[in-house]
Amino acid sequence: MTDQSSALDVTVNGQSHAFTEAAHTNLLDWLRSEGLTGAKEGCAEGECGACSVLVARPDGNGGTQWTAVNACLPPAAAFAGQEIVTSEGLGTPESLHPVQQEMAVRGGSQCGYCTPGFVCSMAAEYYRPDRTACDHGDSEHGENGFDLHSLSGNLCRCTGYRPIRDAAYALGDVAEGDELAARRAQPAPEAVPTAYTADGRQFVRPATLTEALTVLRDRPDAVPVAGCTDWGVDVNIKSTRADLVIGLDRLPELRTFEETDDYVELGAALTLSEIEQRLDGRIPLLAKLFPQFASRLIRNGATIGGNLGTGSPIGDTPPALLALDADLVLTGLDGSRVVPLSDYFTGYRQTVRAPGELIQSVRIPLPLSGITAFHKIAKRRFDDISSVAVGYAFDVAGGVVRKARIGLGGVAATPLRATAVEAALEGQPWTAETVRAAAALLQQEGTPMDDHRASSKYRRAMLGTSLRKIFAETASQEGDVA
Amino acid sequence: MSALSELPPKPVVGDTVPHEAAVEHVTGSALYTDDLVGRMRDLLHAYPVSAPHAHARVTRLDTAPAYDVPGVVRVLTADDVPGVNDSNINHDEPLFPDEVMFYGHPVCWVLGETLEAARLGAAAVEVDYEALPALVTIPEAIAAGSFQGRAPTVSRGDVEAGMAAATRVFSGTWEASGQEQFYLETQASIAYVDESGQIFIHSSTQNPSETQEIAAHVLDLTASEVTVQCLRMGGGFGGKETQANGYAAIAALGATLTGRPVRVRLSRNQDLQFTGKRPDFLSTWEAGFDDDGHLLALKVELTADGGWSMDLCQPVLSRALCHIDNAYWIPNIQAHGRIAKTNRTSHTAFRGFGGPQGMLLTENIMGVVAPQLGLTGEELRRRNFYRSADQTTPYGQRVRQIERMHQIWDQVLADSDFAGRQREIEEFNATHEDVKRAIAATPVKFGISFNKSSMNQGGALVLVYKDGSVLVNHGGTEMGQGLHTKMLQVAATALGLPLAKVRLAPTRTDKVPNTSATSASTGADLNGGAVKHACDQIRDRLAVVAGGMLGVPPADVRFAEGTAYGLNSDRDPIAWDELVHIAYLQRIQLHAAGYYRTEGLEWNEETYKGSPFKYFSYGAAVSEVEVDGFTGAYRTRRVDVVHDVGDSLSPLIDLGQIEGAFVQGAGWLTLEDQRWDASDGPARGRFSTQGASTYKLPSFSEMPEVFNVRMFENATEEGAIYGSKAVGEPPLMLPISVREALRKAAAAFGPAGISVHLASPATPEAVYWAIEDARSRTPEAPAAQAVPAVAERQRVPSGV
Repeated sequence: MTDQSSALDVTVNGQSHAFTEAAHTNLLDWLRSEGLTGAKEGCAEGECGACSVLVARPDGNGGTQWTAVNACLPPAAAFAGQEIVTSEGLGTPESLHPVQQEMAVRGGSQCGYCTPGFVCSMAAEYYRPDRTACDHGDSEHGENGFDLHSLSGNLCRCTGYRPIRDAAYALGDVAEGDELAARRAQPAPEAVPTAYTADGRQFVRPATLTEALTVLRDRPDAVPVAGCTDWGVDVNIKSTRADLVIGLDRLPELRTFEETDDYVELGAALTLSEIEQRLDGRIPLLAKLFPQFASRLIRNGATIGGNLGTGSPIGDTPPALLALDADLVLTGLDGSRVVPLSDYFTGYRQTVRAPGELIQSVRIPLPLSGITAFHKIAKRRFDDISSVAVGYAFDVAGGVVRKARIGLGGVAATPLRATAVEAALEGQPWTAETVRAAAALLQQEGTPMDDHRASSKYRRAMLGTSLRKIFAETASQEGDVA
Repeated sequence: MSALSELPPKPVVGDTVPHEAAVEHVTGSALYTDDLVGRMRDLLHAYPVSAPHAHARVTRLDTAPAYDVPGVVRVLTADDVPGVNDSNINHDEPLFPDEVMFYGHPVCWVLGETLEAARLGAAAVEVDYEALPALVTIPEAIAAGSFQGRAPTVSRGDVEAGMAAATRVFSGTWEASGQEQFYLETQASIAYVDESGQIFIHSSTQNPSETQEIAAHVLDLTASEVTVQCLRMGGGFGGKETQANGYAAIAALGATLTGRPVRVRLSRNQDLQFTGKRPDFLSTWEAGFDDDGHLLALKVELTADGGWSMDLCQPVLSRALCHIDNAYWIPNIQAHGRIAKTNRTSHTAFRGFGGPQGMLLTENIMGVVAPQLGLTGEELRRRNFYRSADQTTPYGQRVRQIERMHQIWDQVLADSDFAGRQREIEEFNATHEDVKRAIAATPVKFGISFNKSSMNQGGALVLVYKDGSVLVNHGGTEMGQGLHTKMLQVAATALGLPLAKVRLAPTRTDKVPNTSATSASTGADLNGGAVKHACDQIRDRLAVVAGGMLGVPPADVRFAEGTAYGLNSDRDPIAWDELVHIAYLQRIQLHAAGYYRTEGLEWNEETYKGSPFKYFSYGAAVSEVEVDGFTGAYRTRRVDVVHDVGDSLSPLIDLGQIEGAFVQGAGWLTLEDQRWDASDGPARGRFSTQGASTYKLPSFSEMPEVFNVRMFENATEEGAIYGSKAVGEPPLMLPISVREALRKAAAAFGPAGISVHLASPATPEAVYWAIEDARSRTPEAPAAQAVPAVAERQRVPSGV
């Protein structure tokens, strides 16, 4: 190799490993080439979780959270200086980790191929600091506080899941002396600025936003990435290769979290899981969105900026953020500008973001509307892509709709605001009759298509029924924000 | 009690033990074929050149540009094949085709130092195609008269007379969508020329002997010159019964030509694009009932999509025809089957092997006509159950143990409190406009044995070393179903040893030859019989030695928990290790080959008559669903199952098989929506759901929220190993109850007593259209409204 830069150092299962592969090599392929073949490739697009591993990530309070991610998506070079734990590192046949023990004795594995991934996802939830036992579980939570959604990104073709659920719900508290638990008290590794080159292709992790913007200006062909949940699929499935990839996910300027009287501002490089954790339900519409957004494994990697940056018409945050009247802060070397999200999308995967600009943050104005909902239509309840997604935010006072915001996804080349329907609702009484008329109008929005996810006819029908559904669910609420 | 089913004292079978590799699974130390890559020096990676047409002739193939790509070592084409250019025992699947038969069909393979080099080399190969017309749906094939294989008929009685006697006759067209196996581990092989000069192939295959046979005929070698090993598979489900063979042959050919190990591993997208699936079935049917709801006559035509070549579709069709009756006595029946030839992947085995498609047709008829006969689906089903063994199946087999079907049905209805919950559901539905619930029960009767009698044989090789340790080899493969766990329990039971004393070696063709595929649920029956036979020989020889030491006749020696003792002997038991050592010194053979063949089978391929099955497995399930009227989305609230596994060899394993099959079957019936591009565009014929993002498997959200599985008790099967029954496939059809519950819940949005058509798979969209259908009915005359795709003609009984 002619222009190989020096090896990157990654800690795996407590041992230092040198990375010297091609820059696009994903974390999974590299771990396997290092002899750690526990993690498997089942789909190469972040859907099955057979590749799940644990990464030491900041917990937002100065400590570390063991975070499960799909190893098939991000480039291994993005993990320079990081700490990773695989199924092999959790325990050995002679000394099983509690998660491994429960999975083994309860019939949690059959063919065993998905099992190392399940074990890692389950271990992340086992170590989640705010996992606390409760008196009685429900269909998605164990009495030990285990959230089944933590396994929503792991597929098993053999067991039918019941024994895996039972293994998860049988886990106790973290034992004293558990090294990975103790590790949580120390800070997570800092991101290491990286400029890695192999065979003429580069992975760069800049130290500052200015540096990132400078690279973008100088190299218009550079591909900015964060969680790589989209880019990784292109690399694996479409064999897309970039000469230069810039990792933005750890830039401090993109990882701010601010709450003022006027808005909540979310740094573009915060992962969806981090936002979920920090908001803790304070924006109910987003709280409804998150469990329906892909899987925990994806939300641990995917950032809010990334979901908007791709400009995809079927991203799940745009319909919700459109309903919340969100603004984007776009930053270039010349400064920042604020763009309403409703003006951001211009065509299929096209936006107003100029070359050389990055999404720095998302601003959600306050106060919030009183009635909100996120309706996602998909074949599968956990971890699916929307056929149609609708975000609603309504203010109803004195029985009259004062303000209506409706964001749509999956029905056109871009996410849309249903402005005509909003106008038809505002000022009208919040009644079944109003809703019926508005639903008929909503069905005419967009240009939904026929594909393998749904027929256009069904997509249109769902636009109408979703408004009727939110009315049925909230008719009794006034939803004033007083 | 037969010798096969008789249990010795303190048997290890029946103990609840985890999967034998569970500890390796959870720690990531269990190795699969592709995990061996890092252990091979100078390994080459193979990548296919994939045709962008559903049907085309290759007019030019220029591999030279590939050699300009750095790292490309060799391009494999038809010219390189020393033997037969074919990857299937039917000789209808060229390994390197000159006629492209399905979209994505690999025409040649590139070997590279890295996978990236091989991929770039494949992109550089220049191929010219002459596009040809393609048939990509069953109706297109029917219209074109494009069929393959034989078109058999199962018949009994006089179907026309039966129809004439029926007072209610219904007819319809029914399409059961196929299903992708989606084993989590894609097809994988690594081959090399070993230190003795033979070809050694690691393959993720359910059928090592056939993989060996195909590799040998491609390489023009004898079987004795090729060894195939299957460490374990990351799932098979029938998808590796034949489909692994071609990839193993590519790897073996590459290894012989380069002298280096060659790895073939399909990406998920390649696997979905190249490999065969559960075939779609398009059926037309006519069913005649009397006024009491008895099915008097059934006339069906099944058209299976075989894809571009036969593969296993002939036996798949046989099994479908042999399962149309499910649990029902049908005095007059004519079931005709045929196999369409289309430009799709060559369809193949998938758990149930046609049985599910045949059974679903009849259960769909039951579900759709019951309301029109004024009966519940459960009552209609019960009235039509076989009543005695003398009511033979349409192909003439006695329905032995039919009383179990009745007992299981009664038990599952009682255990699930079906009647009580039915009342609760009616109350719930009366007060909920936008959400409805429903509960439904369906039965399963499934025949065990390969239809083709010659395949019902198994082999084993059991080695006892002079230190007392035991190594079991058998012909079955481990794909997660727990076969190895059961075989260890069988060996420990037969030898009277603790489980830990027995080790099992990976499946290899140089240990046990001429094996059948591990499929048709027969793995434990066939290999268990063979393992026991081998162990019995060794134990009988040791009994002679022990008898001498214990002062009892050999027949009075018993082996249990690692010792041999004599009946009515006052001498101390002899420890196993000591006995083995003494036997060695006495020059007693301590290893044995075991063999088993299933007795009592007969099947006539010409007349479609006989008794092809050793026994039937029975089961029934009750499922409750809740459906959202706004979207058609649903949840499975509770499932109760009673299932007959005989005397379970390994209860945790069997429970896992029942639950796993249930959810996999529910995936087929409700979620897994495979789509092919049937447009006239450039991607015509392409499998358009070719990733995990578009082909959705069940996830946690499809797991029944409450899942009660009971095994039928006092269930000894005298004709099978230690009284057990096969378990792999039969439970796959239990979730037809989920589908029937969804149909009822959709109908509950309309006036009482209506029947709705429900497409398969019953995705939320399909359920939504069924709901809309229900809502469109008028309460005055529900039966007068035609059910889409189901027509009824009222008959005036003759003589009235």
